[in-house]
Amino acid sequence: MKKSRWLWLGLLSTLLVLSGVLAQQTASLLFVSTQFTPIEEAQRMRQVILKDFQGRVEFIPEDNAPFTSRILSEVRAGRVNVGLAGGLHGDFPPLVAAGALDPVDDVLTQLKDRRFSQSFVNLGKMGTGNQLYIPWMQATYIMVANRQALQYLPAGANVNTLTYTQLKAWAANIQRATGRRMLGFPAGPRGLMHRFTQGYLYPSYTKSAVTKFRSDEAESMWLEFKSLWQHVNPQSTSYDFMQEPLLAGEVWIAWDHIARLRDALNQKPGDFVAFPAPIGPYGRGFMPVLAGLAIPKGSPSRAAAVAAIEYLTRPEVQITTLVQNGFFPVIQVRLPDNLPQGIRMGADAIARQAQSNVALPSLLPVGLGARGGEYNKVFQDTFARIVLRNEDVRRVLDSEAANLRRIMNETRAPCWSPDPASSGACPVN
Amino acid sequence: MRSERYIPYVLILPSVLFLLFLFAWPLLEALLLSVRGSGGQWTLENFQRMAADLYFKDAVKYTLLLTVVIVPLQVVMALGMAMLLGGISKGRDLFLYVWTIPLGISDLAAGIVWLAIFTERGYLNSFLQGIGVIQQPQLWLSYETPWMIFLAVVAAEVWRATAIVFVILVAGLQLIPKEYGEAAEVFGARPWQRFWKVTLPLLMPSLQVALILRTILALEVFAVVVALGGRNLPVLAGEAYYWYNAYQNPGVAAAYAVIILGISVVATILYLRLMRSKQEGAA
Repeated sequence: MKKSRWLWLGLLSTLLVLSGVLAQQTASLLFVSTQFTPIEEAQRMRQVILKDFQGRVEFIPEDNAPFTSRILSEVRAGRVNVGLAGGLHGDFPPLVAAGALDPVDDVLTQLKDRRFSQSFVNLGKMGTGNQLYIPWMQATYIMVANRQALQYLPAGANVNTLTYTQLKAWAANIQRATGRRMLGFPAGPRGLMHRFTQGYLYPSYTKSAVTKFRSDEAESMWLEFKSLWQHVNPQSTSYDFMQEPLLAGEVWIAWDHIARLRDALNQKPGDFVAFPAPIGPYGRGFMPVLAGLAIPKGSPSRAAAVAAIEYLTRPEVQITTLVQNGFFPVIQVRLPDNLPQGIRMGADAIARQAQSNVALPSLLPVGLGARGGEYNKVFQDTFARIVLRNEDVRRVLDSEAANLRRIMNETRAPCWSPDPASSGACPVN
Repeated sequence: MRSERYIPYVLILPSVLFLLFLFAWPLLEALLLSVRGSGGQWTLENFQRMAADLYFKDAVKYTLLLTVVIVPLQVVMALGMAMLLGGISKGRDLFLYVWTIPLGISDLAAGIVWLAIFTERGYLNSFLQGIGVIQQPQLWLSYETPWMIFLAVVAAEVWRATAIVFVILVAGLQLIPKEYGEAAEVFGARPWQRFWKVTLPLLMPSLQVALILRTILALEVFAVVVALGGRNLPVLAGEAYYWYNAYQNPGVAAAYAVIILGISVVATILYLRLMRSKQEGAA
C-alpha cells in the first residue's frame, strides 16, 4: 500500500517537472547570436545584461557558420525555433539573400525616442528599402598613446585631428629624442593589421578598399606608409594585441581593436590617452564593427522578440552591455559618471571618431563567406611584400590585385562601403 | 593451447584500431583533401597555390635548416649527458629528474619562456642593462634580425626537447651489459676507445629511435617559432596552420601537411637504411 503511494507520488512529480519544462520551452524566446561566444561573456549576458527583461529568454551563442545554416534551414523547412537573431553586419547578407529575415520597420518606429546613429540605421537596411535589423551595439579600432609621447607631437598637431603625415612626424620626433621606435602596430600572426590596411589606410587615401586596390593613389599611399614604417617598432611583426607592449612601455603609440587595448586603458588610465585614427586625403577612414538584432521570418514569438529588442536598446541596458562585455552603445547616450575611466576614454575616442565631419566609415568585408580569410591574406601579403620585404610597390599591387580579383569573382561579392555599389562581383580596376 | 595463439592478436587489436581511426583515416583524408578541388574533382591546384605562396620557399628553407641544426646538437648533448650520468654514483636520480624537467613543459609554454628572455623589456636586456653593457634595451627578435630569431628558436628547442633524446639514450645505455665494457678494459681499451668501439655501436638501436623521433618532431616545429618570431620565421607546420585557420582553405593546408609527411617518410627511410648498414658492419 505504502509502496504504491510513493510510486504514484514519484510519477506525479516527474510529470509536473516535465510539463514545467515543456511550458518553459514554449513560452521562452530563443535568442541565437554570433556574439558573446566566450563562456564568461555568455554568462554575463544571461545573468546580468538580460536580468531585468520581463519574460523568458534563452540566450545561445553560436559561431557564424552554424548560426547561418541553422536559421536558413529552419526558415526553409518552415519550422522556425529561433525567435531573435543577433549578429554582426556581415553575418546577415546570406540571410537577407535567402529572404529569411522579417522586416522590422514597425519596430524601428516604436523605438523613435532611442536616437540611433543614423549611419547605423541605414546600414541596417542592407541596401534594401526595408529595415532588416535594428542596431544593437558597436566596437571599433582606435589609437592609444602613452602620455609621455604627447610632448613630441609636431607643432600645431592635435591627437584628435591627427593626419597620417603628422603621425609620421610624431613618431620621428620620438625616435630622434629617445633613440627608439615607439610607434606600434599589431602585425603579428593573430594581430589585426589587415583591418588597418583595409579599413583605415586604403579608405583614407583612396576612398576604396577593392576597386582602387592597385590605383596610383594606392601606390603613393604604400610609399608613404613605408616611409612611416621606419619609425615603427620592428617587433610589431610579433605583436598580436597592443595592450601588452603599451603596458610594458615597448611602444608609446598604437592602433588596435578597442577590445585589444582595453587592459591598458583599464589598468593604467592615468598613463594613456585614447584618440581617433589619423586622417588621410579623403578623410578619416575607420571601420565600425556593428552588431544588429533581426527577427527570422516565421519567428514563433515575434512579440517577445520585439520586446527583447526594445529592452536591449534601452540606454541603461546599452551601458550595462558596455560595462559587462565591452561593446559600445549605438544610441546617443550620456555615460554615467561612475563608469570605469578606461571604458570612458575608449567611448569618448569612439564617439569622436564616428561623429566628426571627416568620418569615412567602411564595413568589414561582406559576402565573402569562407573566402574572408584569403581576402585578408591579400592585404597581409601586400603589406609584407612592400613594407617588410621591400619589393617594388607597382609590381606587388599588380600581382596581388590578381589574387583579389580571383576571390571577388569566385564569391561574386558585390562592393561594400566605401567602394561604390556594383552590380555583380566587385571589380578590381 | 589453441586459444593462446590468438592472444597476441587480441592484445594488439585495440592499438591497431586506435591507429586506424586516429592516424590512418585522417592521413587518407588529408591526402584526398590535398588533391581535390572545391567541386570534388581531382586537381593539383592546391599544390600549385602552395608553391606559389609568398612564404613557401622560406618555410621549406627554415624547417630543413632548423632540423639540420637542432637534431645533431640535441643528440650530441643528450649523449654527453647520458654518459656523464653513467659516471655519477651519488645523486644520480637528482640529475636525472632535473634534466628531464623540460619534458613536462609544452612547446608553446617553452616558447613564451624564451620570449620573456629575449623581448625588448625581457630578462636578457634587464641583465645587460644592470651590469652596464648596454644603455638602451636592445631589439633581439625582429624581422630585421631573422638569424637572431633562428638562434633563439634553436636555443628554445634544444632546451625543451633534448630531454626526450636523453631519456631514450639513458634507457639504451642501461640495456648494454657491463661485461662488454669490462672485457674491452681487460684488453687495454682506453675510455674513449671503449665509447667508440663498444658503447656507441651497441647504442645504435636507441640512437636510431631517438633520431627518427626527433627529426619528425623537428619537421613539425611550430609553437616555439610562433611564440618567438611570429611570422618572421615561416615553417611548414605553421603555414599549414595559417592556411587552415586564418585563410580557411583546408586544401592548401593539406598540401602543406602532405609535404611534411613526405619529408618525414624520406628522413625515416634514410635513418633506417643508413643506420642498419652501420649496425651490421659493427656486428
